[in-house]
Amino acid sequence: MSEPSVRRAGNRVFIAGVALLILWVLLPIWLLFVNALSAPAEVTGFPKRFIPSFDLASLSFFFGFSGVIDALWNSVKVAALTMILSIGVGAPAGYALSRFDFPGKETFRFLVVMTRAFPLPLLALPLAVMFIRTGLDDTIIGLALVHTTLALPFAVLITYSLFSGIPLELEEAAWTLGCNRVQAFTKVILPLAAPGIAASAVFAFVISWNEVFAAAVLTVENRTLTAFLLQSLDVSPLPLKFAGGAALVLPALFFIFAVRKYLFAMWGIANR
Amino acid sequence: MAVIEIKQVAKNFGAFTALHSVDLTIADQEFMVLLGASGCGKTTLLRIIAGLETPTAGEVWIGGRRVDHLPPRERGIAMVFQNYAVFPHLTVFENIAFGLRMKKMDQAEVTRRVTRTAELMHIEQLLKRYSGELSGGQRQRVAVARALAMEPDVILMDEPLSNLDALLRLEMRAELKGVLAESNTTTIYVTHDQVEAMSLADRISVMNGGRIVQAANPVEVYRNPAARFVGSFIGNPPMNFLTATPVGPGKWQVAGQTYDGPHAQAAEFAVRPEDLHPADHGLPAEVRVVEPLGPHTLVTTTVAGQPFRAVLESTLMPRPGDVIHLAPVPDRIRWFDPATQTALC
Ligand SMILES: Nc1ncnc2c1ncn2[C@@H]1O[C@H](COP(=O)(O)OP(=O)(O)O)[C@@H](O)[C@H]1O
Ligand SMILES: [Mg+2]
Repeated sequence: MSEPSVRRAGNRVFIAGVALLILWVLLPIWLLFVNALSAPAEVTGFPKRFIPSFDLASLSFFFGFSGVIDALWNSVKVAALTMILSIGVGAPAGYALSRFDFPGKETFRFLVVMTRAFPLPLLALPLAVMFIRTGLDDTIIGLALVHTTLALPFAVLITYSLFSGIPLELEEAAWTLGCNRVQAFTKVILPLAAPGIAASAVFAFVISWNEVFAAAVLTVENRTLTAFLLQSLDVSPLPLKFAGGAALVLPALFFIFAVRKYLFAMWGIANR
Repeated sequence: MAVIEIKQVAKNFGAFTALHSVDLTIADQEFMVLLGASGCGKTTLLRIIAGLETPTAGEVWIGGRRVDHLPPRERGIAMVFQNYAVFPHLTVFENIAFGLRMKKMDQAEVTRRVTRTAELMHIEQLLKRYSGELSGGQRQRVAVARALAMEPDVILMDEPLSNLDALLRLEMRAELKGVLAESNTTTIYVTHDQVEAMSLADRISVMNGGRIVQAANPVEVYRNPAARFVGSFIGNPPMNFLTATPVGPGKWQVAGQTYDGPHAQAAEFAVRPEDLHPADHGLPAEVRVVEPLGPHTLVTTTVAGQPFRAVLESTLMPRPGDVIHLAPVPDRIRWFDPATQTALC
């Protein structure tokens, strides 16, 4: 084979790979929305229409289903609490990492990432036992604590890169102009970091919103939407599953899309 | 009223010593320039005075008050940073007003002071803008205005002009000098640019390797360098140095010529390139390069195998390979101790 044809073949493989990845991500989402927005009768039918019929029967059935609204509200509460906790703890840690040199800084950064190395199923049983002993089981706060441990590493990393991007000189200028450390932070650093912190908060919200394993293991009465759907998956009709799935995915997708540039920043990809 | 006294201030970064026991007193309302090559510790010293860095040893006094344990906001200083540090989320007005608001000044007084300093720095038409909408030179003006509005006892500036292009730098230099002369502040100004230092300073502190080598007025620093380093650092082209051998008490032979010098064991002969003129008898110099510069001609030669430069009348045009005789102006000859590198007599 000649050189250009090799390159052309390579190009084709690349394009095919990209197409495959796009399909991998978009096909389930498309299926989800088509089915959620179709009449219950159409859901089981095949072939699918590319544009759904925008029949809201499935969705209204879903939201009318007993327990759904409660579960949805629980999800919101847990996610909001997770958001507050992980930013409340993560942002100061990110700030400290970006501004101070302390012994063990690199180890600390490594440990932050390492917390994600333990699979939740491994921790679930001891956690459940501990939660039952302390009375944290089946509570909003208990689940939010677990979700915070999941979201915290990201909160730390995102805010760390965020604060590192704000020149120390600005803070020092504020000190020389009459600010103490706290004032300089609130008057100069916070306004500059606020959009990024908000993005990091949204990301924490989404992590909690999507989390199903801990939610299923640690709650019984106060199920979040994910746990509720998992529980009723076998027994519920297909339209309900699709509508539930769409209700879960839509906010997550929307939020992540809104804050994508900060998530790229976290991984050190050029901030566009 | 703010005299600044720096007493035996030292600073280590781990095993590295950035400042060795620095002593310096800066008079009230004096314009002091810290001059030295990059990495010699100028910024470190300035930041110690500002309170942004803690000295490893020593004391800092401002206006008769020991301040080295105080945070920056309690030292009565204002600082202009190298990259301006104009707050991007505030308008120019709010930037200049920032320190005044921290002092809980009432709105009328804030407006009065912001307007006045903005006029002084010629940025009154920019007050509503954000720093992203300003050029480098305009940001520089905002940074200076913000410091001046505080009416501080002391203004500290770290290479404030180094990010401007050459023409703007010249313009801002003259303007800064005027503005600061009218304010009653004591100024410490850091630069590595000797021309900037000479043109601005009441006094220059020449730094080298974490030490202050000489603190004197610009002419003194230029004419009577206290150390070989000062002569070789200041002046463009720098001072010439030649080895000398003693031929009698106070008599030294340099490249075959005899000059009166110090009574010492050993000495090095030094003269500035512009203090030389061609003569029948003088240092025999073999011409290497001739550079006509308009008003003068820069001639690079070797004298007794050592590099030697002269700035001559532009009517004189020696050719490479010629041997010319260069006579130093007698009272401009300087002598240095080769062991300590400091000036003799
Ligand atoms: N935070 C620091 N940690 C370690 N070394 C430093 C630090 N700040 C400055 N230095 C070192 O101290 C020396 C003096 O630095 P600096 O005061 O910035 O020099 P200058 O302003 O004269 O260029 C340099 O060699 C620099 O590398
Ligand atoms: Mg510096």
